[in-house]
Amino acid sequence: MASLKELKGRINSVKSTQKITKAKQMVAAAKLRRAQARAEEARPYAERLADVMASLASKVAGDSAPMLFRGTGSDQRHLLVVVNTDKGLCGGLNANIVKAAKAKAKELIAAGKDVQFYLVGKKGRAPIKRDYADRIEKHFDTSDVRTPGFDEAEAIGKDLIERFEKGEFDVAHLVYPVFQSALVQAPTIDQLIPVPSPEETAEGGKAKTVGGAVVDYEPDEEAILEELLPRYVRTQLFAALLEREASEQGASMTAMDNATRNAGDLIKDLTIQYNRSRQAAITTELIEIIAGAEAL
Amino acid sequence: MALHFELVTPAKLVRSEDVHMVVVPGTEGEFGVLEGHAPFMSTIRDGEVKIYARDGATPETIMVRGGFAEVGDKGLTVLAEHVEG
Repeated sequence: MASLKELKGRINSVKSTQKITKAKQMVAAAKLRRAQARAEEARPYAERLADVMASLASKVAGDSAPMLFRGTGSDQRHLLVVVNTDKGLCGGLNANIVKAAKAKAKELIAAGKDVQFYLVGKKGRAPIKRDYADRIEKHFDTSDVRTPGFDEAEAIGKDLIERFEKGEFDVAHLVYPVFQSALVQAPTIDQLIPVPSPEETAEGGKAKTVGGAVVDYEPDEEAILEELLPRYVRTQLFAALLEREASEQGASMTAMDNATRNAGDLIKDLTIQYNRSRQAAITTELIEIIAGAEAL
Repeated sequence: MALHFELVTPAKLVRSEDVHMVVVPGTEGEFGVLEGHAPFMSTIRDGEVKIYARDGATPETIMVRGGFAEVGDKGLTVLAEHVEG
């Protein structure tokens, strides 16, 4: 049985932990709202770009298409771009992303492909290094900026496209969390390079021809597509960063809410134990005094 | 008589309004877009987009970098990676 003093110390320590988790939860809730708004504001651009891509892709086909679009012609070397958070305290979010990335890597390796990792964010490094230390190509650090924006997406995109053009890989996949709610952030794997032909958005392309007149292109379809593809890659990366941001705050909010509640339960239990011990001590003392008085 | 004009960046929808005319700095020269322009698609060079709210009004200018313009039946859409001013 712990002494009264020890119990009191434990209660105080759990209380201060609870204060921290509660503060973190409130901070995450406030940041989540902002992150969600940012993700929403980015949507029109991505949608328009996808529309334009769809209408162009149907016109430019075959060998004249840029390499980013038709690929290198082989699919031997794969690059997994894994987007993790920079900070912890967000429950199982990073573990889930890493698990999805590892599963994909395993599948590709089993199929006899080469797999390399390109890591964005700090928290994916250690767990991936444990299994695939020799396959990590690069860490991209986003921890020195407060809210990763388009500049970071641009830098990553540029780096990736340079590597692709140098022929360092054939196919790139993007692994990132998709924010569904504060409780659910599903890790998602999308093909990034070569840019998948946007068949599912073909409606956007059709809508344009319904408009009637033939569209004029300046300079021409290929040149426009050539310029558009890197932009599309960057937009994908930017969207992934925004999703990561929202997911991190959402997961953090949920995890900290649980932690606060657990701390509350613990405090309740400890307080009951403390009161019981105190009561027991008083009773023993009384019995001693009465016994002493009776003996006189 | 109004042209629907939208200026979009990855960060947000900067403008969405009805204007008289917009002059866009295309890679192969500036072009002005009025209502009822034929469908048209062009890359744009870094420069100023001039927005004329009314006929003869002083244009409002917005610096854009890394952009792309599309004219469709819905109006003019400029997609730019960076916008200043």
